[in-house]
Amino acid sequence: MAIFKKEAAKALLQKVLAHSKADECEVSLRGEEGGNIRYARNAISTAGDIDNTILSVTSYFGKRSGTATINEFDDAALERVVHRAEELARLAPENPEYMPLRGPVDFKASKTYVPATAAITPDTRADAVAQSIQAAKEAQLEAAGFIENTTSFSAILNSKGLFAYETDTNVVFTITTRNSAGTGSGFAARGFNDVSRLDTLAATRIAAAKANSSAGAKAIEPGKYTVILEPVAATYMLENMFRGLDARNADEGRSFMSKPGGGNRIGEQLMDDKVTIYSDPFHPDLPADTWNREGFPLEKTTWIDKGVVKNLAYSQYWAKNKGVQPVPMPSNIIMEGGTATLEELIKSTEKGILVSRLWYIRLVDAQTLLLTGLTRDGTFYIENGEIKYPIKNLRFNESPVIMLNNVEALGKTERSLSIESYRSFLIPPMKIRDFTFTSLSDAI
Amino acid sequence: MKRKDFIQLSAMGLGALVLPNLPAFGTPVDPSRFLNDGIDVKLKKQLADVALNTARSKGATYADVRIGRYLNQFVVTREARVQNIANAESFGVGIRVIANGCWGFAATNTVTKEAIAKAAERAVAVAKANSRVTTTPVQLAPQKGYGEVSWKTPIVQSAFTIPVKDKVDLLLNVNSIAMKGGANFVNSAILAINEQKYFASTDGSYIDQDIHRLFPTFTVTKIDRASGKFETRKSLSSPVGMGYEYLTPTADNKVGGIVTRYKDRYDMLEDVKNATADVDQKLKAKSVEPGKYDLVLDPSHLWLTIHESVAHPTELDRVLGYEANYAGTSFLTLDKWKSRNFQFGSKLVNVVADKLQPGSLGAVGYDDEGVQCGQWDLIKDGVLVNYQAIRDQAHIIGLDHSQGCCYAQSWADVQFQRMPNVSLQPGKEKLSVDDMIKNVEKGIYIIGDGSFSIDQQRYNFQFGGQTFYEIKDGKIAGMLKDVAYQANTQEFWNSCTAIADKSDYRLGGAFNDGKGQPGQSNAVSHGSSTTRFNGVNVINTARKI
Repeated sequence: MAIFKKEAAKALLQKVLAHSKADECEVSLRGEEGGNIRYARNAISTAGDIDNTILSVTSYFGKRSGTATINEFDDAALERVVHRAEELARLAPENPEYMPLRGPVDFKASKTYVPATAAITPDTRADAVAQSIQAAKEAQLEAAGFIENTTSFSAILNSKGLFAYETDTNVVFTITTRNSAGTGSGFAARGFNDVSRLDTLAATRIAAAKANSSAGAKAIEPGKYTVILEPVAATYMLENMFRGLDARNADEGRSFMSKPGGGNRIGEQLMDDKVTIYSDPFHPDLPADTWNREGFPLEKTTWIDKGVVKNLAYSQYWAKNKGVQPVPMPSNIIMEGGTATLEELIKSTEKGILVSRLWYIRLVDAQTLLLTGLTRDGTFYIENGEIKYPIKNLRFNESPVIMLNNVEALGKTERSLSIESYRSFLIPPMKIRDFTFTSLSDAI
Repeated sequence: MKRKDFIQLSAMGLGALVLPNLPAFGTPVDPSRFLNDGIDVKLKKQLADVALNTARSKGATYADVRIGRYLNQFVVTREARVQNIANAESFGVGIRVIANGCWGFAATNTVTKEAIAKAAERAVAVAKANSRVTTTPVQLAPQKGYGEVSWKTPIVQSAFTIPVKDKVDLLLNVNSIAMKGGANFVNSAILAINEQKYFASTDGSYIDQDIHRLFPTFTVTKIDRASGKFETRKSLSSPVGMGYEYLTPTADNKVGGIVTRYKDRYDMLEDVKNATADVDQKLKAKSVEPGKYDLVLDPSHLWLTIHESVAHPTELDRVLGYEANYAGTSFLTLDKWKSRNFQFGSKLVNVVADKLQPGSLGAVGYDDEGVQCGQWDLIKDGVLVNYQAIRDQAHIIGLDHSQGCCYAQSWADVQFQRMPNVSLQPGKEKLSVDDMIKNVEKGIYIIGDGSFSIDQQRYNFQFGGQTFYEIKDGKIAGMLKDVAYQANTQEFWNSCTAIADKSDYRLGGAFNDGKGQPGQSNAVSHGSSTTRFNGVNVINTARKI
């Protein structure tokens, strides 16, 4: 019941809309099903499954709106939910930022749904976990990991005739392997729409190799170093910046995208000219949603072009306020890379640090987007183009904006997972000079 | 629910009011539904018995069931307008079983006997599927059944009985004071939560609980347009395990000094006035000279340092490795505890775990696996003496009972070990904050919580704050900015040289203590009196882009 096909979703939404007596009405239906397994100490610790469908109705009387939601779909329930939304709308205060609903748009279909991922069963998950645990045991390590798959859909229909539908599948897998002495730890993270690309055995072997090679770490002095960030490390750092690509915060003067004296930094060279960042829901390696909840189609949009700020997102309201066209927030993020492999980046480095993963990144200063966090699960010293030895973890205080001004080289872009949001990105490994480490950590 | 919403939601948070990432938002409802009591306890018992009997008949050796009704109300405003009024209800049943020595869990939002029986069956099937991969069977600490019992947060007035209009009026009044004081922006919100939880287990417990929490908060922002610099100051309120009475200020709950701080009652209108003045000072403040300082930490700040560096590393699931893939493990390994001489902090440091303290977020009668809650020492005279455990871990630290630390954020999530309130005990000798500051030659007095980050074993941390005052030769010498301190947990707590007496004791806390995969939020408080730490490393966080 959780996943409705396009026509079934549309039919139900039309039935709901027929009950509306409001000036405007928007109905949406979304559902999700899937499951997860969590394991630690080479054994399953918890497991669960999800199955949920929600119908939501927003009714408008002038600038007043009210929303009601339900998860029953018989005729009486559908009529009831519309009436409740209308009652709430009549009681609500006027919204000075009200924008009228949009009419029909021909949205292109997204490529985010993969039947094989939708077909995952509890046994498929248990098998994937069994392989991961086996790989850890072979390397004489303890595995702690998590696998979760979801199939979801989302549909909206409004009284102006706008209809949109999309469905997607996702599987995420993260694995940490540690040795019994607690002196080595390794990690790998994977996220795909298509489960056939997920190999839990291979990912666990990579984590195991990191764990075994990270044992016996030496301390080095904190300070400014050239670093090579693997994609999973760079992704976590940059995700904090991607969240700030919003014109309103910038125009209001409280974002790193604010310009001293007023306005925002569109048109300004803010980063190194090797940096180009865009979104494209039709990218074959990172398919994403093709429309947003305001009813705008999502197209390829360049945010940073050769270091210059090209676009910031404008909501419908803020765009009108500023007299510009709305720019929807992106549904994915792609950073252009170079051609070098990670090995080649290491080979070209005289002295530096290879960072496998970053951890607990938090904002220190919104003005400069200064972030703090630590390295984790495999940090290595590089000398004369070779990995010399594992080093102890370090705390950094660095801004991704400053970091992207200090780009020495970019490797080949690859699909990478944020360990905080579990969203996937296309991000290259990157070599950055003068990355600021401020203290040592004993954590392994 | 949909990850596509993530970027949009986060962008709203950046630079504006950051709302806690709360679970179980549930279904938007008419606020009048909050006044109905939900289903009758007799019916809950019948439904619970369906779950327990089905699980047993399908081969479970243990089962528990939680029938939960979660009510949330968020009133969110900025400047002169209401941004959002969200009324949500989430109702459903979660069933946890042991079959073939392995845990299984399933949940449903269809609260009928048929759907509950099906979910119980599914939970047993999940346990059996996973038992193929499990080698060590679950070992539960014995737990007696309590029969039919109940518990309720001792509140004066439920926040859900206060009309939304009154909350909107209060917040718009708060905003107006900030704007009149020259603020460029102000965001404010009142969050109210009610967990109506019914727990039953095959041990013979039927526990009905009614838990209330409240969080009023604001952020004032001022911008120096010429330089483009901006500063903010958050409210000095705390999320509390109370009703709306928290918002009825009384003189005896105010702590005077450099700025008014609050105990069990909060004066939001007074605090926003002070915050607006603080932001002016912050814009003009001197940038800190990095180096070693003696830190004097107010309870409105210290709660977060306690949370990250004491409460998390004493979680037994982290110590054992169950969180290795996400939140991390702990430097407080079992050998340090067994030695009975691991000096976590100086002799002044006494830390207590507690699930009972009135007004705290963690206070409940029974945890989410039916264990009656209590209080115990974690750090005694500076030495590590205990952890936080649940039923399937108790035997590992030689306990014959659980410490009652099991919690799930909603009926749809599986319960696991979560921290209780963890609090630093006040100094035994009479000591005021003024007397503490008098003896500091070169120091910084920090009020309010700010930026925070700590490594995965809880050794190395960094904290910011809301306001920072320079202490020179025993006197406050004006405000500083760009301050963050970094330390090693054990060195930091061993540098603790003074703790103010119990007259200064206050609670801080958070609704959104995160752990687990999929992630779950836990609400928890941490108490302390103002405390001094000597020679802590302070860095300057100013940068230019």
